[in-house]
Amino acid sequence: MSQKEIHLIIERQDHTDSAAYTQEFKIPYRPNMNVIACLMEIQRNPTDKDGKGTSPVCWESNCLEEVCGACMMVINGKPRQACSALIDQLEQPIRLKPARTFPVVRDLVIDRSRMFKALQKVKAWVPIDGTYDLGPGPRMAERDRQWAYELSKCFTCGACVEACPNVNERTKFIGPFAISQVRLFNTHPTGEMHKEDRLESLMGEGGIHECGNSQNCVQVCPKGIPLTTSIAAMNGAVNRHAIASWLKR
Amino acid sequence: MANNQVSREFLFRRMHSLLGVIPVTLFLFIHLFTNSSATLGESAFNERVEFLETLPFLPFIEFFFIFLPLLYHGVYGMYVAYTSGYNAGKYSWGRNVFFVLQRTTGVFTFIFVIWHLWTTRFSGNTPNFDMVTQVVDSPFGYWFMIIGTVAAVFHLANGLWGFFIHWGITVGPRAQRVSAYAMMGLFLVLSAVGVAALNAFYAAV
Repeated sequence: MSQKEIHLIIERQDHTDSAAYTQEFKIPYRPNMNVIACLMEIQRNPTDKDGKGTSPVCWESNCLEEVCGACMMVINGKPRQACSALIDQLEQPIRLKPARTFPVVRDLVIDRSRMFKALQKVKAWVPIDGTYDLGPGPRMAERDRQWAYELSKCFTCGACVEACPNVNERTKFIGPFAISQVRLFNTHPTGEMHKEDRLESLMGEGGIHECGNSQNCVQVCPKGIPLTTSIAAMNGAVNRHAIASWLKR
Repeated sequence: MANNQVSREFLFRRMHSLLGVIPVTLFLFIHLFTNSSATLGESAFNERVEFLETLPFLPFIEFFFIFLPLLYHGVYGMYVAYTSGYNAGKYSWGRNVFFVLQRTTGVFTFIFVIWHLWTTRFSGNTPNFDMVTQVVDSPFGYWFMIIGTVAAVFHLANGLWGFFIHWGITVGPRAQRVSAYAMMGLFLVLSAVGVAALNAFYAAV
C-alpha cells in the first residue's frame, strides 16, 4: 500500500443553529477514490488528523454515478457532486463545505426544500390525472425531444442555486433550475396545455425577473444543462405572454 | 390564484430594463453625438446647443423623455444593486465579473449624473462651450468627467447585452457571445467619442 495520504479540510456544523467549525482529516490514499470514498473512510475511522476521536462527518448521497444530485457540496470552492469529484483530479488539501445558500442540517447535509417548493410553484409536471381516460397525448417532434431531453437531466442538486449571486436573503429568487424546468414542461405537448400557468408563476414573486445574467449557473451545472439559454427563451415567452394577455384584457 | 397575477416586481423590473434603452440609451447617443461637435470648434458646438435650445416643447421633452426615465432607471437601479449578491471573488468567471461591474458602474454613474446636472444644467450658467471648459478646468472636474463618461458608456453597452437577454432576443450561447463582443466594441467606440469631446473642451481651457 502506498504511504500517500489525502488531506481534507471540512467545514462542519453540529446542529441547524450551532456555529460552524473546521476539522482536518488525513486518510490513507487508494487509487481511484472520490470524495464520497474519503467520507466513508472517515466514517469507518472517525479520527481527525492528530488522531483525536471525533464524530463521523455527515453527508448525503445515493446513486454515486451523478444522476441523483444528493451529494452536491462545495468542493475546493465550487459547488459540485462529491461522487464525480475524483481525488486524483483535485488539488490538496481538499476543502469541503456545505452549500450555505441552503439551511445546513448537519455537516455537509443541507435542506433543499426551497427547490421543491419552487418546482411546485412553477408547476413543473405534466397533469394527466382525471376522472376518465384522457387517451394518448400528442406526439413530440424529435427535433424538440432532443434538446428537451437535455433539460430533463436536471436532478435538483442545487449547484446553480448555490452559485447564483441573486439567490440571497434580499431576494426571493426561485433559482435558475426552476426556469429551465418551465421551458421543459412548456415544450412537452401535453404539458404545454398549462403553459400560461407556468409563465405566470415565473412572473410572480421571486420569478424570472430576479435573474441578473451573471451566468454562474451554466458554469456549475454538473449535467451541462443550457440554463442561460432556457432563461433567455423564457424571458421572451414571459414578455410575449405579459403583453398579449394585457392586450386581450 | 395569487400567482396568476403578474407581480408588480416583474413589471417594475421590465420597466427598468426597457427605460434603460428607450429613452435613456437613445438620449446618451444624442448627447455624446452633440458633444462631439466640440471637436469641430467652439462655434460648431454652440450652434448645436442653440439648435437643441430652440426645439419646440423643450421643457416637456426634457421632463418626460429624459428626466423621469433617468430618475426611474437610477433609483430602481439602486434597489437592484442592493438586492444583488456579489460573489465574483468566489466565482471569477467573466460574466460574473461583468455582473458586478454592471452594478458598480451603475451606482457610480448615478452619483456622476447628479454631479453632472449640478455643474451644468442646474448651475445657473448659460449652456455653452465656456460652461463646459469651466467644469473641466480643475483636475477633479476633468477626471471625474472622463471616468464618469467611461462608466456610463460601459453601463450602457453591457446593459444592452443584458437587455437583449431580458427581452429574449439573444437566446443561445453563441448569440450571447457575439453580442458580448459587439457590445464591448460599442463600449470602446463610445468611450473614444466621449473622451475625444472632453479633450476638445480641455484643450480650450
